[in-house]
Amino acid sequence: MTENQNGQSGIPQRGEPGSPYDSVDATERQEPFAGGQAMSAGAAGAHGAGSPEDIAPSTYAAGKSVRQTVGIKRREGGSYVFPAFDDHHPPEKDLIDDCVHCGFCLPTCPTYVLWGEEMDSPRGRIYLMNKALNEEPMNDQMVRHWDLCLGCMACVTACPSGVQYDKLIESVRGQVERRYERPADAKAFRELIFQLFPYPNRLRVAAAPLKLYQRFGVGDKLRKAGVMKVLPKRLRAMEALMPMLTKQQEVPEFTPAVGEKRLTVGFIKGCVQRVFFSEVNAATVRVLAAEGCDVVTPKAQGCCGALSVHAGREEEFQAFARKLIDEFEDAGVDLIIINAAGCGSTLKEYGYLLRDDRAYAEKARAFSAKVRDVSEFLQELGPVAERHPIPVAAAYHDACHLAHGQGIRKQPRQTLKQIPGMEVREIKEAEICCGSAGIYNMIEPEPATELGDRKATNVLNTGARMVVTANPGCMLQIQASLRRMGHSMPMAHPMEVLDASIRGESIETLLMNR
Amino acid sequence: MASRALIDYMIGILGPEGVISEREELRAYECDGLMNYRVIPELVVLPETAEQVQQIVRYCHDEGIPFVARGSGTGLSGGALPVEAGVLIVMSRMCKILEVDIPNQRVVVEPGVINLWVTREVGPEGYYYAPDPASQTVSSIGGNLAENSGGVHCLKYGFTTNHVMGAEVVLPDGTMVNIGGGKAPDPLGYELLGAFVGSEGTLGIATKITLRIMRVPEKVRTLLAAFKDTEEAGGAVSGIIGNGILPAAIEMMDALAIEAVETAVHPGYPEAGAVLIVELDGPAAEVDHQFEQVKQICEENNSSEIRIAEDDEERALFWKGRKAAFAAMGRISNDYIVQDGVVPRTELGKVLRRISELSQEYGLRVANVFHAGDGNLHPLVLFDNDKEGEAEKAEDLAGDIVLTCLEHGGSLTGEHGVGRDKMKYMPKMFTTDDLNTMQLLRCAFDPHQVSNPGKIFPTPRLCGERPGRYKMHPVQKAGLAENF
Repeated sequence: MTENQNGQSGIPQRGEPGSPYDSVDATERQEPFAGGQAMSAGAAGAHGAGSPEDIAPSTYAAGKSVRQTVGIKRREGGSYVFPAFDDHHPPEKDLIDDCVHCGFCLPTCPTYVLWGEEMDSPRGRIYLMNKALNEEPMNDQMVRHWDLCLGCMACVTACPSGVQYDKLIESVRGQVERRYERPADAKAFRELIFQLFPYPNRLRVAAAPLKLYQRFGVGDKLRKAGVMKVLPKRLRAMEALMPMLTKQQEVPEFTPAVGEKRLTVGFIKGCVQRVFFSEVNAATVRVLAAEGCDVVTPKAQGCCGALSVHAGREEEFQAFARKLIDEFEDAGVDLIIINAAGCGSTLKEYGYLLRDDRAYAEKARAFSAKVRDVSEFLQELGPVAERHPIPVAAAYHDACHLAHGQGIRKQPRQTLKQIPGMEVREIKEAEICCGSAGIYNMIEPEPATELGDRKATNVLNTGARMVVTANPGCMLQIQASLRRMGHSMPMAHPMEVLDASIRGESIETLLMNR
Repeated sequence: MASRALIDYMIGILGPEGVISEREELRAYECDGLMNYRVIPELVVLPETAEQVQQIVRYCHDEGIPFVARGSGTGLSGGALPVEAGVLIVMSRMCKILEVDIPNQRVVVEPGVINLWVTREVGPEGYYYAPDPASQTVSSIGGNLAENSGGVHCLKYGFTTNHVMGAEVVLPDGTMVNIGGGKAPDPLGYELLGAFVGSEGTLGIATKITLRIMRVPEKVRTLLAAFKDTEEAGGAVSGIIGNGILPAAIEMMDALAIEAVETAVHPGYPEAGAVLIVELDGPAAEVDHQFEQVKQICEENNSSEIRIAEDDEERALFWKGRKAAFAAMGRISNDYIVQDGVVPRTELGKVLRRISELSQEYGLRVANVFHAGDGNLHPLVLFDNDKEGEAEKAEDLAGDIVLTCLEHGGSLTGEHGVGRDKMKYMPKMFTTDDLNTMQLLRCAFDPHQVSNPGKIFPTPRLCGERPGRYKMHPVQKAGLAENF
């Protein structure tokens, strides 16, 4: 399937006329695309994120990371693929045609906010998709601009025309992953991530030495000694994100409802959540039980595949998804509850993502129909457990995959506001991503850092005592950003706050160790 | 491909990260909000300071390279369409709010600042920036200035030109000047600011803009009234204005437009042939009194349902539908052309009837969304590019609608600008002498026609040419050149 690089030369055919994108004006120049002969194969060392260290910060004000997007002198592999897309789920023409080029998406797009460039906006990325669909080869520039998309889906919220950018970028990512040769180092790093994060057991093993590392303050010592600076920047980014590890809290396979049983729900533990934030899972299960649910948590459950699908690793994703569906098949649950935003939005898309799979398409649809984010579910269910006061001002951070991906904004706020004494503060630029975006802050550390700083500043400006958010990635990112800026703030999942309230914990206990 | 010298010069000014020269990336800039026309620019530059803009412009001027300024690229008349072999100067990185001066009710901004940011900035102080085009969440102040943008509230508060107090401008030859006033309201001499605002990028590029901000009115009340058809709704509009009430806004949408926005943003509009959104603002006593009158007038004109916004949230929902209307057309049609004709309010009924006849004659749907209070129509001609010949048919229908507006004593454009899109209709509205007079002004600012050439005016005219009847050029007379 990979007629890759230097393969098909010649003049691409114009796409059949169809969309507004295709209307050709007399003034449009038709430059025949010069074949592959001038381009060298291979892309070694090509499009890693540009290094900010070698540019004087005074040369531009638009942000340190801008170098990696445009610029004459950036390094490139010169590789390209033509035709850009193969027949296996290319971005759908009809979905592209929904875009009327109005630009309403621009100010909510994190990369447009950082760099102010058309190609790094949803509108521009769709424009490039259309060009790739019709006439242009997939080349370094295009891939770079698609790669730089965080997948936060703020544009989907902003779009009045209902463009399904999520579907478009997902199909493009699959194509890029299959057909485009990344530089060796970028490829290796991605591989490392995908051999680690979707596997809680491996992640736990990897995290074990981390515990020692943290206990003895190795990171600080290395930082002081300047050793950190010589680590590759992506590993540095990974190191900076690592949270302080706490004692693992296992969720039992069955937790009975407290008092009268209202429903039986399944619970998905997540991967990062279960290793780094096991206390969030424990709290969630306690809350669900307190609200009258029998909670079934299949022990063997693996990754939901969200990270894979967002990176275009389609087969890997499908294997994960099928496995998870099987694990819940005989669980006998009414609904399936998830407390991590990123996982939740993917779980709700299983039906679409497995649409080609004859054996699983129907099961996947049924599975997705049962999935609820925990805040969404609790608001549907209505509270029964008594809430004790927690007098604190908390800044609520919208995780993109909750707010934009699932349209869940009111429910978590409502959940918090039902706690007596709780004051929920809004963060300025709430719709802009914090830069976490799945694995983005590890593979694109510079823009992620800038977005993280921006978010952390806005969080600090609320004057709240703690941050509440429903996604482990956002927690890690905001924590790391605050730390980098010399601040720290207690951070919690809405379920931890609610659990504390139901259990009548004191505010001090809640704020401690977070 | 841009010449090496041009690229090198621009990199020298902006650094590599401020210059876009790769073909695929340039293509992302080949059109603005109007997709019917595309031109791949030679080079895209992203300046961050006024001095950089000045250097870019001066170089272009000296080298005879045409240039076009672009803000957020949301214009609907192709005003920011690049010019072939020209440089596109993108102002999106000049997006700082430089000064907020509440006591003097002014804000100084860079041109890339987005319209709504101004109101967000001064909102907590009880002020706002009045011009509110539907694209206010994304369009830039620089672009608003170039197009003299209106918005739903310009019925009462006027267009952008009424809210710009001064501007720092780089003229087409690279000279930097300040036009208009600063804190003092009434500058002496020619009213250059009036000429500059709405000049669609042909007289230079604004690099710093002083805006007037206004006190948030004591009270705002909004109602939504449903009618059987646009004619009855039009009757209510005439009634309201005729009674001496000047609402902050009166907007109308017809059935097709309602259908589109309902699909897109679910504002919960009633099912009707037309809806009016009427907003009153000002001192509480006046607003309450007039609000009752408006309600009564709507009822007298057979309004089938009147909804009153109970709170800000509901009011925002009423407006959400209206403001998303254009883009929402994507839900009910693959393609559309939006027109921007203006008719005298009294002709509204006749013109709408004619539009509906035209729609039937052509067999294409036309949705109507418009500023009813000042007769600024936005007919949206819906078509499908996939169907052979439909695009041309839509183009013709849109043209006929514009001509209808002109026949009824109206105008080509209310707020979107002439740009590239409507220049061909200019001779229908203006005499040659009218156009020549405008050209005189343009030539005074830009004798070499480097600043956004090929816009507004239907036929390019050289500045050496004398307006009026053809006379032989001195060079021709001397036998040194021939006219082909």
